[in-house]
Amino acid sequence: MGRAFTAILVRDLTLALRHRSELGNPLMFFIVVVTLFPLALGPEKDILMRVAPGIIWVAALLAATLSMDSMFRSDFEDGSLEQMLLSPHPPALLVFAKVLAHWLVTGLPLILVSPLLAMLLYLPTEALPTLLATLALGTPVLSMVGAIGVALTVGLPRGGLLLTLLVLPLYVPVLIFSAGAVDNAAASLPVAGQLYFLAALLVLALTLAPLATAAALRISAG
Amino acid sequence: MFHWIHKYGSPKYFYNFSRRLTPWLGGITAVLLAVGLVWGLVIAPPDYQQGDSYRIIFIHVPSAWMSMFVYMIMATSGFIVLVWRMKVAEAMMRASAPLGASFTFLALVTGSLWGKPMWGTYWVWDARLTSELILLFLYLGFIALQSAIEDRRTAARAGAVLALVGVVNIPIIHYSVEWWSTLHQGPTVTKLSAPSITLNMLLPLLDMALAFTIYYFTIVLKRVRCELLDSESGSNWVRELADDKGY
Repeated sequence: MGRAFTAILVRDLTLALRHRSELGNPLMFFIVVVTLFPLALGPEKDILMRVAPGIIWVAALLAATLSMDSMFRSDFEDGSLEQMLLSPHPPALLVFAKVLAHWLVTGLPLILVSPLLAMLLYLPTEALPTLLATLALGTPVLSMVGAIGVALTVGLPRGGLLLTLLVLPLYVPVLIFSAGAVDNAAASLPVAGQLYFLAALLVLALTLAPLATAAALRISAG
Repeated sequence: MFHWIHKYGSPKYFYNFSRRLTPWLGGITAVLLAVGLVWGLVIAPPDYQQGDSYRIIFIHVPSAWMSMFVYMIMATSGFIVLVWRMKVAEAMMRASAPLGASFTFLALVTGSLWGKPMWGTYWVWDARLTSELILLFLYLGFIALQSAIEDRRTAARAGAVLALVGVVNIPIIHYSVEWWSTLHQGPTVTKLSAPSITLNMLLPLLDMALAFTIYYFTIVLKRVRCELLDSESGSNWVRELADDKGY
């Protein structure tokens, strides 16, 4: 079981690394969207400082959602998804490996580049650790929950827009707790409560979402 | 019990059974609505602070209750669809979604109409309003998914997964939004102690809530029948039915 998990993880990471040009796209999207906000709101420091947590989080949310569409697509089209579902290993575990690989490729770079964007938006340095913590706890939740939506829409010709409609409402708690925590940190208020909630959401998503995703994949591929 | 479920769970029996039931339900709805509207809009005393404009609660509160109730029905049907693959549950789920979305929309609209004289604005980013809005998005997402998938049974099972995921998320969304911001008044009817609302307002409110519930069942059974006729159009009993009618 552990071997199947690693095999899928290594396979997906290898596939992603071989498409280097696509690898940077979600990251570029993230940076471009964040850059648009100062252009729209004006370059004043106090406005940007005030809205920075929200901007970074909304941009991360959109980048995560849009990059997700490809999570199962190629496997669905060439039939390997069906083989995975037919294999004796529990599909939830294989799904978990795929989502983890996807997060390592799209979510992790987002976290690494976010300090730079936070500085561009004049977010106080004290809030930086909290921003990183919320992204580290929150983006895996986005990937796990989003995977359910992807699995439901994978068989559809134009599933991309539908996917965002399905999953964005489900992202509301993550957005509220994360942006709230960063806001509090910028105002030097305690943030432990929100971080605990994010951690709880992560645990819940890690345990339940793969099961729902596997069930959804069976419906879409079956 | 399983015998009973099998009998009434089959589309044919359910069709006939619900056809006999709907006129009764419709009649009860009409009576309850008439009583509730007259009692609520004419007889019940005006509020000492809000005057007559509070009377919109007789529409607003039942719609808000129904918006959540219908989602629970959808999620329950979704569970039945995934576990027992009952066609009637599939039809129930699909028929409920637009009704639930309408109740949610009605709750939002009446709430904002009430908010203008009371809070001075049509919309505030208040916790309950926001979570009701997100509930509307969940309904619309469900409807969009249903219309995107061509095969009926696949669509129903995909919708079932979505409804169950939604039902796990609704409390989380609700409480996260609650902590985020709140202006809406707290619950007045479902508190564990005595309700903080006079009996002369409470009774018409409960009457309206019951009327809305039975109205929902009347309409949903009609819609389920249409769904069943559509999905079972190849079966013998539907053909016989069409022959009887002379089509």
